[in-house]
Amino acid sequence: MATAIFSVRRGGREGGEMVDYQTQVTEGMVVLDAVHQIQAETAPDLACRWNCKAGKCGSCSAEINGKPQLMCMTRLDTIDVTQPVTIEPMRAFPPVKDLISDVSWNYEVKKRIKKFKPRPPDAEDGTWRMQQEDIDRVQEFRKCIECFLCQDVCHVLRDHVKHEEFIGPRFLVYTAALEMHPLDTENRTEELKDAFGIGYCNITKCCTKVCPEHITITDNAIIPLKERVVDEHYDPLKKLVKLFRKK
Amino acid sequence: MEYKTFEHDVLVIGAGGAGLRAAIEASAAGVSVGLICKSLLGKAHTVMAEGGMAAALANVDDRDNWKVHFSDTMRGGQYVNNWRMAELHAKEAPDRVRELEAWGAVFDRTKDGKILQRNFGGHRYPRLAHVGDRTGLELIRTLQDHGIHQGIDVHMEVTVISLLKDGDRVVGVFAYEREHGRFRVFKAKAVILATGGVGRAYKITSNSWEGTGDGHALAYHAGAELIDMEFIQFHPTGMVWPPSVRGILVTEGVRGEGGILKNNEGKRFMFDDIPDNYKDQTAKDAEEGWRYTQGDKTANRPPELLTRDHVARCINREVKAGRGSPHGGVFLDIAWIKEKLPNAAEHIKRKLPSMYHQFMQLANLDITTTPMEVGPTTHYIMGGIRVDADTQASTLPGLYAAGECASGINGANRLGGNSLSDLIVFGKRAGEYAAEFAKANGHGTIDDAQIETETKRAIEPFDRDGGENPFVIQNDLQDMMQKLVGIVRVEDEMKEALDGLKKLNERTAKSSVTGNVDFNPGWHTALDLRNLLTVSEAITRSAIERKESRGGQFRDDYPDKDPEFAKFNIAAKEVNGEMRISHVPLPEMPAELKQVIEEMG
Repeated sequence: MATAIFSVRRGGREGGEMVDYQTQVTEGMVVLDAVHQIQAETAPDLACRWNCKAGKCGSCSAEINGKPQLMCMTRLDTIDVTQPVTIEPMRAFPPVKDLISDVSWNYEVKKRIKKFKPRPPDAEDGTWRMQQEDIDRVQEFRKCIECFLCQDVCHVLRDHVKHEEFIGPRFLVYTAALEMHPLDTENRTEELKDAFGIGYCNITKCCTKVCPEHITITDNAIIPLKERVVDEHYDPLKKLVKLFRKK
Repeated sequence: MEYKTFEHDVLVIGAGGAGLRAAIEASAAGVSVGLICKSLLGKAHTVMAEGGMAAALANVDDRDNWKVHFSDTMRGGQYVNNWRMAELHAKEAPDRVRELEAWGAVFDRTKDGKILQRNFGGHRYPRLAHVGDRTGLELIRTLQDHGIHQGIDVHMEVTVISLLKDGDRVVGVFAYEREHGRFRVFKAKAVILATGGVGRAYKITSNSWEGTGDGHALAYHAGAELIDMEFIQFHPTGMVWPPSVRGILVTEGVRGEGGILKNNEGKRFMFDDIPDNYKDQTAKDAEEGWRYTQGDKTANRPPELLTRDHVARCINREVKAGRGSPHGGVFLDIAWIKEKLPNAAEHIKRKLPSMYHQFMQLANLDITTTPMEVGPTTHYIMGGIRVDADTQASTLPGLYAAGECASGINGANRLGGNSLSDLIVFGKRAGEYAAEFAKANGHGTIDDAQIETETKRAIEPFDRDGGENPFVIQNDLQDMMQKLVGIVRVEDEMKEALDGLKKLNERTAKSSVTGNVDFNPGWHTALDLRNLLTVSEAITRSAIERKESRGGQFRDDYPDKDPEFAKFNIAAKEVNGEMRISHVPLPEMPAELKQVIEEMG
């Protein structure tokens, strides 16, 4: 049976090194299987996050041969295993140990986004009516499994480290899901413009490319939000109207 | 040993649907709430639930109501359910689902703009509110996004090692945080267990690494009673190929949308064996079955949508008789609907997007053109901590349980879709009554001696050199349980399993882990093993005790149902360090509920 070499980042917050492990490759195996085999055979203390192993929980995000991917959905027969396969943690966040990075920043960001605020119910029994075609877009955004691969690949976060000023593609999608929810009455454009830094996104679409849920992040979420911000804050006609209203 | 202490009025262990719903409710009642997650928030096994949540909203079929849902649940559970839980569940599920919509959930819609409902096994009418085939994700995300604004203290990547007691009362937990392996003490006036299932005791399972029976074992070792542990649900359709994905769930929604099961002779074998009590609810031919899946109210459901225990056994039978698929399963075919629908491929992708994606990516198979290979996978445990139906209080003061780790609502077999609704109905109740208990009682006293013992036990694997790798022991346990206490059981094999468990316990006591305490999966597995071994013993002993076949328990040596065994639940309790099995009589069902069951036929 074939074997392959996996070069895995080992180490803690302070620093680490790539360590090579050899293990068997069998039909249908994914990268996460290889990591589990390495744990069971030689390195039981090798740290990685995983839960569902079916691409539904978004826990096992890593950089495989430099490409941000879910380990559980990356089949070994889609990558060249004749060369050592590198597995590293997501680099846009501080390393914790081995393949684990500290994603706590994402949880803090989400709390800053105003929660869902529905309009009063449509029917006497306290329920609402929505048409399927009006929620298709929101449902696309709600497919997000919060793997944070889009955050990892975003150059504003990864290279320019603007974590203080920019919430990243994941939370622009989250905000879009709220803003485009047919029942929601909240307005988040002010924050989008300022605190959430939507202007930093220059539409390189790297986030869309890595999304394992195939959410069209840039085209369907970010660009429409940018348009809203422009409409509300930079539209000359509206500015004029506002000016008169003030008087 | 140094440890940090946290104090909460109510402490919830587990952040899946039940834990989150409990935390939200307790917090809304005005008490301080801590929420412990074994993984990161939002990653719990609830995200894996696909098909939907059952609630008699009657949006699609106005004949549905709580009475039909109640009687479907009791029938599916073969009448050993806790009738009061089944009643509360059927009555309250619709409100809990509507509440999710008020918190931002976006369910698929009917033409008139209401929450759409789909067919599922054992449910008489289309009853499952859903979002494509990712309903669990919608549930957990809705609760998570609502919960983060409620002032709940979330402790992520923390694992509970034991419950702390003051006399009989549970007064907190001893735990460790994974990043640095540091011990933590959580003081709480009330503790809610919402830790999910035990699937990792088996080799082929749909459960994630977290499903190690933690809550079951924690409660058991604290002296609480477990009931119905013999009832394990083997979901009929898990993936079987390639080997690395064996066990991953293929939603029942595939069959709800018209998918059929076939053997290697191309025969639709589910028509061969229809249980008597479902005969008048089952389609007489393929045509009627198809009409049912397309919403024809005059049609009965196809036999693929019989209860999960039955479908799993039929698949097992086909495979054993040599009529299985190349990799030891049978064929699940949804592609055939192209004979019936013009845009079948698009329709399948829209209704079952994550199934399409899962098979494309993991098995290189297009479900819109090719049948899937599927076989039974360990999916769910009906058994768990014995609780009071109304309050979810366990048999220990201060300890509550909700969701999969609690028991009662499902009886011998759970209907698909009844789990997500169980989580929110009883999660809410657990939160409400735990908060009430916390308001009425002060903090108890933490016993330092207990903490010292637990600390010592927890770090022992580091002190032993040259012992076995815990991953190897876990694998051997999974192999053994799969082989000896699986879908078809006999007494001799289960007794062999008890001997095997004894040996595995001895090996665990000598196992050792390498590295340090920082985020160490090997160490974590060593700690998980205790829980896995405990629940495996409870499953095996309870299964030996139940000398009949019913729902999730099939005994080859007692293949029939025995009415004597419908009179009690089997309980497991720790007495002087040994597991004691006893019979707990089922409470008498009130006349009006008996009448409901009779009326519903």
